Parts: sequence; structure tokens; C-alpha cells
Amino acid sequence: MSHATDHAVPYAVHTGTSASRIAGIAALILIVVLVALPAFASRSLIQDMFFILTMLVLAQFWNLLAGYGGLVSIGQQAFVGIGAYAMFGVVILAGLDPVPAILLGGVVAVLLAIPTAFFAFRLQGAYFAIGTWVIAEVVRLLTSQWKAVGGGTGTSLPRDATRDLWMTETIETVFGVRNAAARDILSYWLAVILAVATIGGIYWLLRTKRGLALAAVRDNIEAAKSVGVDAVRMKWTVFLVAAFGTGLTGALIYLQKARISPDAAFSVTDWTAFVLFIVVIGGIGTIEGPIIGVIVFFLLQSLLADYGTWYLMVLGVIGIIIMLFAPKGLWGLISSRTGIELFPVRRRLTGGALHTSQQET
Amino acid sequence: MIWVDTIVQGILLGGLYALFAAGLSLVFGIMRLVNLAHGDLIVMGAYLILVFVSFTGLSPFIAAAIAMPLMFALGYGLQKVMLNRVLGDDILPPLLVTFGLSVVLQNAMLEGFSADSQRLPTGALSTASVELGSINVGVLPLLTFGSAVLVIVVLNQIFYRTELGRAFRATSDDATTASLMGIKPANIFAMATGIALIIVTIAALYLGMRANFDPNIGPARLIYAFEAVIIGGLGSLWGTLLGGIIIGVAQTVGAAINPEWQILAGHVALLIVLLIRPRGLFPRAVD
Amino acid sequence: MALLTTQNLTAHYGDFQALFGVDIELNEGETIAIIGANGAGKTTLMRSISGVLTNQPDMVTLEGVPIGNASADAIMAQGVAMVPEGRKLFPSLSVEENLLIGTYGRKTAGHWSLETIYDLFPILKERRNNPGTALSGGQQQMVAIGRALMSNPRVLLCDEVSLGLAPVVIKDIYQAVPKIKHAGASMIVVEQDIGQAMKVADRVYCMMEGRVTLTGTPDSLSRDAIHDAYFGAAA
Repeated sequence: MSHATDHAVPYAVHTGTSASRIAGIAALILIVVLVALPAFASRSLIQDMFFILTMLVLAQFWNLLAGYGGLVSIGQQAFVGIGAYAMFGVVILAGLDPVPAILLGGVVAVLLAIPTAFFAFRLQGAYFAIGTWVIAEVVRLLTSQWKAVGGGTGTSLPRDATRDLWMTETIETVFGVRNAAARDILSYWLAVILAVATIGGIYWLLRTKRGLALAAVRDNIEAAKSVGVDAVRMKWTVFLVAAFGTGLTGALIYLQKARISPDAAFSVTDWTAFVLFIVVIGGIGTIEGPIIGVIVFFLLQSLLADYGTWYLMVLGVIGIIIMLFAPKGLWGLISSRTGIELFPVRRRLTGGALHTSQQET
Repeated sequence: MIWVDTIVQGILLGGLYALFAAGLSLVFGIMRLVNLAHGDLIVMGAYLILVFVSFTGLSPFIAAAIAMPLMFALGYGLQKVMLNRVLGDDILPPLLVTFGLSVVLQNAMLEGFSADSQRLPTGALSTASVELGSINVGVLPLLTFGSAVLVIVVLNQIFYRTELGRAFRATSDDATTASLMGIKPANIFAMATGIALIIVTIAALYLGMRANFDPNIGPARLIYAFEAVIIGGLGSLWGTLLGGIIIGVAQTVGAAINPEWQILAGHVALLIVLLIRPRGLFPRAVD
Repeated sequence: MALLTTQNLTAHYGDFQALFGVDIELNEGETIAIIGANGAGKTTLMRSISGVLTNQPDMVTLEGVPIGNASADAIMAQGVAMVPEGRKLFPSLSVEENLLIGTYGRKTAGHWSLETIYDLFPILKERRNNPGTALSGGQQQMVAIGRALMSNPRVLLCDEVSLGLAPVVIKDIYQAVPKIKHAGASMIVVEQDIGQAMKVADRVYCMMEGRVTLTGTPDSLSRDAIHDAYFGAAA
């Protein structure tokens, strides 16, 4: 009976850390500030923030795909482009309001993702990467043939569609701004919602059983299969979820731009290369990584944007150096020095007794 | 008759695509590495030849011969210093590093040569043609196709008739055991990439003589090369030639129906092959 | 001076320590056998000597020169060839190509050449154009031994050549050992088959749990001593 005290400390499984609890409170404050930002920020800051948030969302979904799912796609521009074009299509052809049409962008991206996965999943590793790129090219070339939305030269959102956008009238009166600025604010708020939902959603996904299975598939596909994880289903799930999010983001980006062309909407540089560098520089396979990465990316762009090609060269060189010498990215460096995890997904065991088997005697 | 002509043109174009693809196929076969900068290296080779031609007035063929050892050294160094570090079970690092290299090369060329399109001078060669039965065939496309066949024959000879080729195959099978035979896998991989860049130079020569090029066309060449390799079956050089021909024919036939469908038709050919033969037409038995 | 030594050799796989200060000595012309149960560290020892695992320089010496930190290819070029555990033939190479690749890093003239290997194992000549992996286990082992001999090594390391083979096949393969010795190679033979090891070896090292527990000439070792060294005294 003297061992009974062992039962007083039952073991428990935690994923939270004290840093994560502080981060949680900080995140709430940050969200409030972000939502309130248009009340006191300039229009150009709102535009910059919109850019940062949408790139962050794209990076989170690419990270989910490549960092957690092991699916290195360089064809995500297919989903940005198709989401944007689907939104333009229903606005121009069916006269729908662009804001609900964004959701349709996500749905159409999923519809495209199904045949894409069907072909691309026949390819392994690097060939999967180029396969997704080929499919993105096919979609770009087909879209260039779609004359109703401007063919190869592209088109703009109809003036009355952008003017009568949901809520913009209210925003105009509340903030005392013109229509174009109101549209920026609306897009910005949608981007805040999208970013918070994305990070929250991915964090939730990774903490569920399914998220654990995902990590298992990434680390060792054979071992994962042997404990009953359906690797094929996991791949499909991740690919479709990422396509949905990427399509939504594409539609939102082009709502704010209000002008589209196939070469821009299906640009491998803008929607995949940049996103990939954001994730790599920040730290692949973590939620924090893309956040750090997008900040570094934005700072670099602000510093070097006037130097055009040099900017891209610097970005490429940084990406290569990080991959060679710090493959876990900047967040990996910070995390290994300090042990901080803002979005802990690992399960840690505390308490419990190591010699429980003796108690029965 | 127009269709026969179209198909012959397509087959000859396939020779160019096989040249694009042969280096990619070689490197993948030996070290399972896909170099996403392959297309940009082809464009870089074309600029290197152009620089020699414009400074010395030499024929592009001689300029290419001078460029070859330089490109070999570049490939050797690139593999030794950079790419060997990222080889391994994780496919992400090599993909990301070569993608980064692609972005760096493209923008370095934009900075150095501007976005203006260029062409290698060919003199009378670009318009010369020969009568083959009832159709007229350009000498340059014929030369391209002949070079592609020659490159593949020579590569196969190296692979199956030389000590280096044995070392290539042994290292590809099992690098650790190969090192017990006195083979340095790092050097073997560097040799392979060096040879791949010699082929890249040949591809660059014909690319530059047959059409305009600018710093941005690399990724599209990578895609054509990739399509040829996949259609042929990973690691099979003759398969790669056939893959190139299929892409070439699909493109010329597509273009004959509607000029805007040229590139699309090539991509669709790949998707069809993936649908019916997921491992390509000549998949390697040992993988 | 000994031809090849290991001195206080340690080896780790990550956090797991596989060898704890192993001292081995191989003299010119000698054949030594390393015996021990599964997991005793025999293969790790061979991987350390051959350079597949690298160590502190002084932990392995060849004619007094430290080679503990040299790479596998450099050690092979010095004349230490290995027949790896599991034979490890190259599936893309024919039998003859598998033999020829053995000379890649060292082309020293000597007794061994394609002809003399084919004399040693005539069946290989018949099957020279087959893929190496199309052969039976015993024939594959012959190719692996021939491949290592092709470089005319001074030291031949044989890791578990009899593993998984029928007794009659093992006998065929071990018939080659005197000829290999006669041609001038010193050998380290790792064996689980104690009887076979005792027959060919001048001296025997027994290993257990990463340490050498017994050494001596085959005549000087009693069955009980070997049993204790093999399984531990308490067992």
C-alpha cells in the first residue's frame, strides 16, 4: 500500500507550453489591433498588410503541403489563378457580388485539384513537383483561350461590381474614405479573417489525430502504414485542403487588384517561388516559420524592390544558403537556441510513475 | 502530304527536346536528383556561346566546343560544392536549392544580358534544306536530330562500355558499397553533372541557332525536358529520345490545327501517357 | 610491426555505442577470425576498419600509419579490400562487371586477375554475362570475394561469408581461403560458424557486447572458454 502515492500523480499528455500560452494572449491582442488597424493606418500600410497577410496564407498552405504532407508542389499558382478566374468569371458572366464569389474561387480550386492530384500522384518526389507545374501551365494556357474573361490579355472587374461591393458603402461612411480605399479595407479585413482562420485551422488540424497521422506519414510512410494510417487518403486530404485555401486566397488577391491576366494570375514566380522562399527562410514544417519568413520577405522587398533582378537574386541566394546551412530556417535557429514553441504540436508526457508494474505485488 | 511534313518536322523537333532532356535523364539515373535549374543552364550555355561568337567572330560550333570544358567545370563544381550537400532521402533540399539556383541564374542573366531576345548567327545553315522524297527538310533540324542520336549513342557507350560507366551504375545502385571499391561517390556525381552540362552546351547550341532566346525561357525548356524523360521512362536514354519525339510531334500537330495549341498539345501528350503508362514507355527494371 | 591494428577502437550509431575499446592485431600473412553472437559488434568492427564508419585517426593503423579517419575509398586504395556482409553485388552490373569494378580504386598487378578468379570459381566464368543478382547465394558470394580480390589487396576483410548458405556451399567457398592466403593476402574473417573459423584461422578473437572477450590460437582455446566468451560467463 505504500506505493499508493504513485497513483496520486497520474501521467498526463500536454501539448501546451508556457510560451504558447503567452503567445495565445499576445495573438488575441494582435488580432484586435489588426482588425482596428484601418481606423488609424494609411491606405498604403493597409495595402502592405494585405500583401503580407495573403502571402502568409499562401505560405501556410504551401507549408502544410510540403512541410507536413511531403508534397512539394511547384504548381500552386494553378489554384491561385483558377480561384481568381472563377471569381472573375461569375462576377462578369453571372453578375454575382465578388465577396461571395471568393468562396466559389476556393470551391473551383478544389474541383481542379481532384484531376490534378489524379495525375500528379502518379509521380514521385521531384517529378511530382514538375508534374504539378505542367498542370498549372496547362490551366494557364487553357485560361488564355477563355475569351469571355479577356483571353491572353486579361480583363478588369466591372466598375459597378467593384463599386457596389458588400459593405463598402458602410466602410466609406464610417472611415470617410473613397470607394477604392474602402475596397482595400474590405479586402484587408477578409485577409485578416483568412489568415487567422488558416493559422488556427492548421494548428487545430496538426493537434488532432489526423495531424499526428500526417506527421507519421511525412516521417516514415512505411511505418505509418503499418500502424494503420491511410497515407493515400492523407495525401488527398492535404492536397485538397491546400488547394481550397490557395484558391480562396487567389480570389481575394484579385478582388483587391481588380485586374487579371493569365500570365500574372498563374505566375510561378509570384505565387510559388516567393511562397517557397518565405517558407524555407522562415522554417519549413513549422507554423511559426512562414510568419517569420513573410516578415523577412517583406523587409527584403521593401529594401531591394528598386533593384528588380538583384532582389530576386538575393532572395534566391538566401534561400540556397538557408537550405544548405540551416535547413530548418530562421525559426529553427531561434527555436533550437531558446526552446520556444509558439504553436506546440508535439505531445509531451508529464507526471506518472516509471515503476507502476511493481504496484500489483 | 501536309501531315507527313508536319510529323517529320515534329520528329526533328523531338531531337532538340531529347537534347534538352538527356542531361536531366543522366543525372536522375545516377543520383535521383532533379535539377530544376536545368533549363536555365541551357539558356546560360546559349549566352556563353553567344559571348564567344560575338567576341571572336568564330562559328557557333567552335564557340560551343570552347564552352564545353567550361560548362563541364561548372557542372563538376556545382555538384561538388553545392548539390552533393543536399543529396539524400529527403527530396525537399535538392528541389529547393536547385529552384533557388534557377531564380538566381534567370535574374543574373537578365541583369547581364537584358530581357532582349538573342540568336546565334548561323549564316546559310538556317535556310539550307534537303529534299527527302517529296518533302523539304531543313539541314539545321536534321543536324539537331543527328546530334541527339549521337549524344545518346555516346552516353550509352560510356555507360555500358567504360570503367566510368560501371562506376556510374555501381554508385547509382549502392554508393556505400561502391566506396568499398575505391569509388568516391562525390566525384562520380560531379562527373555526371559535368557530363550533363556538356550535353546542355550542345542543346544550347541548337536552341540558340534555331530560335530566339532570352533569360526567361529556361523554365519552359525544363518542362519540355521533363516531359520527354517521363514519357520515355525514368533512366532510359533511348526512351528519352522517343519521349522527345512524342512531345515534338504533339506540338507540331497541335500547332498545325491551331497555332495557340502548340505548347498545350505537348503537355496533353504527357498527361495521356501518364494516364495509360504511369511509369513511362520504357521504365527501368531496377529502381 | 603488425600489418593492421585497431587500438582502443570505439564506434557509435547515434546514442548507441557499439564498440568499447577493441584491440585487434593482424600480422603479415596471417588469417584471423572474429567470432561472436549477433550484435557482438563484429560487423561494426569491419565497417570501422574499412572506412565505412570513420573514427579517430589512431584507432586503426596500417603498417603503423593511422588510417582511422580515412574514407572507405582511400583505405581500399591502400590495399584493404572488403567482402561486405550480405554480399552487396551491384544489380545493374553483370558478373564480370562486378568483378572488374573491384579494381576501380586500385590497379595493382599481382596474382589476381579475371582469369585467376575464374580459375578459383569456374562457375563464374560460365555466368559472366548474367546480372550479378541473378545468381544463387553461394555464387553471389563467390563474385563478392572475387570482386574484392581483383585489386590484389594486402588485407582482405570477409564479413559473414557463410551467412545464409548451405553447408556444402560454405565448404566450396572456404576451399578458396588457402589459395587466397597463398597468393599473399592477410585476412580478417568474421564468422558465426565457429567450426569453420577455427579451421582457417591462425588466431581467433571472440567478441561479446562490443568488447573482445577472448583471443588465442584455435588449439589453445577450450570449448568452455569459447562458450563463456561467446555467451558470457554467467550463462
